[in-house]
Amino acid sequence: MPIHSSTSPLNLDSAIAIENLGKRYSIGRQRANGDGLRHAIEGVMRQPLVWLRSWKSAKEKQVDFWALRGVSLQIRPGEVVGIIGSNGAGKSTLLKLLSRITVPTEGRIRINGRVASLLEVGTGFHPELTGRENIFLNGAILGMSRAEISRKFDQIVEFAEIDEFLDTPVKRYSSGMYVRLAFAVAAHLDPEILIIDEVLAVGDASFQKKCLGKMGSFAGTGRTILFVSHNVEAVRTLCQRVVWMKDGKVHRDGDADEVIGDYFDYIATEKVQAVTNPDYGLTVQKVVLRDDLGEERRQFKPGEDLIVEINYDAQKPLERPYITLSIFGNSGSCFTANMLLDGRRPEVLVGQGKLSCRFKSIPLFPQKYSVKMSIRAQNGNDNVVSFQEATYFTVVADLTEYGYHGEFLSRAATSTPVVVPYEWHLPDGEIASVSLEMTQKLATTL
Amino acid sequence: MTELIIEADRVEGQYWRDLWRFRELFLFFSWRDLLVRYKQTVVGVSWSLIRPLLTMMVLTVVFGRLGKMPANGVPYPLLVLCGMLPWQFFSNSMNESSNSLIQNASMVSKVYFPKLLMTASTVMVNLVDFLISVAFLAVLMIWYRFVPPWEILFLPFFVVLMIGASLGVGLWVAALMVEYRDFRFIVPFVVQFGLYLSPVGFQSSVVPAKFRLLYALNPMVGIIDGFRWSLLGAKGGIYLPGVAIAVLDVILLVVSGIWYFRKTERTFADII
Repeated sequence: MPIHSSTSPLNLDSAIAIENLGKRYSIGRQRANGDGLRHAIEGVMRQPLVWLRSWKSAKEKQVDFWALRGVSLQIRPGEVVGIIGSNGAGKSTLLKLLSRITVPTEGRIRINGRVASLLEVGTGFHPELTGRENIFLNGAILGMSRAEISRKFDQIVEFAEIDEFLDTPVKRYSSGMYVRLAFAVAAHLDPEILIIDEVLAVGDASFQKKCLGKMGSFAGTGRTILFVSHNVEAVRTLCQRVVWMKDGKVHRDGDADEVIGDYFDYIATEKVQAVTNPDYGLTVQKVVLRDDLGEERRQFKPGEDLIVEINYDAQKPLERPYITLSIFGNSGSCFTANMLLDGRRPEVLVGQGKLSCRFKSIPLFPQKYSVKMSIRAQNGNDNVVSFQEATYFTVVADLTEYGYHGEFLSRAATSTPVVVPYEWHLPDGEIASVSLEMTQKLATTL
Repeated sequence: MTELIIEADRVEGQYWRDLWRFRELFLFFSWRDLLVRYKQTVVGVSWSLIRPLLTMMVLTVVFGRLGKMPANGVPYPLLVLCGMLPWQFFSNSMNESSNSLIQNASMVSKVYFPKLLMTASTVMVNLVDFLISVAFLAVLMIWYRFVPPWEILFLPFFVVLMIGASLGVGLWVAALMVEYRDFRFIVPFVVQFGLYLSPVGFQSSVVPAKFRLLYALNPMVGIIDGFRWSLLGAKGGIYLPGVAIAVLDVILLVVSGIWYFRKTERTFADII
C-alpha cells in the first residue's frame, strides 16, 4: 500500500504532485446585499478617515477559513484515484485548484500531461442552441479544438443517443437527454488526466452505468483519473486507490476497499449535523432510522420495515412542504417516497416535531445504503433543505435463510440491490419462488 | 511533456500562453452570441438596422431641426450617423460586457479558461452591428450623392481606437460587476448620459474653444470627431489635441482594464 507522507520529495514521474497545498477563504468578504459599492463610495465621500478606519477594522474582522491545508499527494500516471469525504471536507476545493478555477493560497501543484476537468455536466450549454451547436460550444469550452470535435462528432452523438434531436434546441430536451449529451461531450475529451466531480449524480441508473463503463475503459488505457463521488460504491468499482478527505486534510490514503470500509464505519458512528435554512426558518436536526418497534438502528434485515424519521424545528411555519426520501444503493437510487408525486403532504410544519416514513418490508440485498432527504417549499420548486446523505444503514443477512443457495451467492454484495419477489417457471413444471420477504421462522427468531 | 505548475503567485506567464491556446474559444463565444442574439425575435437581424435608423431620426430632429445645430453643409442625418457608428459600438460593448461574466457564472466557476476571452468576444461581436451600420451609411451617402474625402484612409485608425476604448471600458465593468452588482444600474446610466455628453447628435466644434481640451478628456470625443473627419471631411481640419488625448485615453483604458481584470480574475470563481 502506498504511503504518501507530506515530506516525500516530488517525484518526476508522477502525473500529479501536490505539495503542501492550502486554500484560504475570507468569510468576511461575502457581504450582505446592499453593502457593496454604495457603502464603499458613500463612505469615502462623507468621512474619508472614518471610512478608512472602518474598512481596516472590517478587514481585521474577516474570518479566515482554510478549506484546504497542508495537502500533499502524489498520483502516478495511470492511477485511478477516488476522493471521498463528507460535505465541506475540501474535495471540491481540491478539484477546483487542480482545474485552475481558483488559485491556491499556499503550496504548489505540478501536473504532467493534458488535463481535462469536469466539475459539472453541461457547463456552458446554451438552451437556445441546438444539440449540434452545443456539442461544438461545450467541446471548445472543455478545451477541445474544432478539428477534434468534428472528428469525434459522430461518436459523441451515438453515445448520447440523441441523433433525431440533433437540430432541436436543447431547451426542448428532457433532462435525461440533456445530461446524456453533456456527458457524451465530456467523455470524448480524451485527455491524459481526467478530473471528475460528482457528475454522475444526475441521469438515470442505466446511463450512470454507461458513464462508469466509459470511465472504466478510459482508465484501462493507462490514463490518470481523479474521481470525486458521493456514490462510494461507484468509487469502489472504479478506483484502486482512495483518498479520504476530512476537514481540509488528507485523512486516509490507500487501498480502496480498506479506506472505504473505514469511511463507512466512521460515518455510521458520526453524529449527523443539523441542516438549517434561515430563509425558511427550518432546521432538520437529524434523520434517524428505526425498526418497527421504534428502536433506533442502522442495521436491518431484508424484509424488515424501515422507518425514516425526520426531526425538525420550524421557527417559521412551513406550509404544505414537499418531502422526498430516497434510498440509495451501489447503482443509484433504489426506491423513493416522493410527495411531489403522491401529493400526501403535511398542511404545515410548526415548532419542533417529527415526521416519518415507513418503508414496508424492504426488499434489499445485504449491502450498504444511504438515505437522501429533501424538503421543497409549497411551490414544489424551491429547495428548503437537502441532505445528500442524511444517514446510512446496512442490510445484513445470511441469504441462505431466505432460501438462496446459488454457488455464486457472494456476488449478491455487488448485485442490483432491489429484489421484487419473483418465481421461476421451470421446464419440468416446477415453480420456484424467490423473495426477500421474511419467512415465519425468521420473524420469530428476531 | 510540458509540465504545469500551479502556485499562489505563478500564473501570469501561463495565462498569456493559455490565451493563445484557447483562441478558438474566442471565436466560439462570438459565434454563440451571434447565433443566440436574434433567436425568438420576429424581425431578427433587422433590429441591427432599425435601432440605428430610429436613433438617427430622433437625433436629427432634436439637434438638427429643433436645436438648429450647424451642419457645415453636410446633410444632418449623415453627420449624426457618422457619430453614431463609434458611439453605438462603444455603448453596446459597455452594456454587454458588463453582463458578460455574470451571465456565464457557471462557466466562470466550473471551467478553466482565460476569462478575458469572454469579455473580449462580447466586445468584438458588436462589430457585426457596426458593419451593418456602415453599410447603412454607405447607402445614405449614395442617396445624398455625397462623396467621401481622401481622409477616409484614416478610418481604420479610428476604428482601432474605438475597439480599444470599448475593450478597455468593457474589461473594467465586467470585472467590477463580478463583485459589485451596482454596475447593473450604473452602466445604463452612463450610457444614457454619454449619448448627450459625447458629440453624437452635434459636432464638437459647437463647444466653446476654451472648454475644448477639457471636453476632449472623454475619449469618445476624439474618436467620434475622427470618424466624422475621415468620413465627411471638415473645413478646419481635425482638432489634433483631441485625437492625441483620445489615443492616450485608449492606451490607459486598455492597459488598466487588463491589469484590473487580471488582478480580480483569480478570485472570480470565489465571489461570483
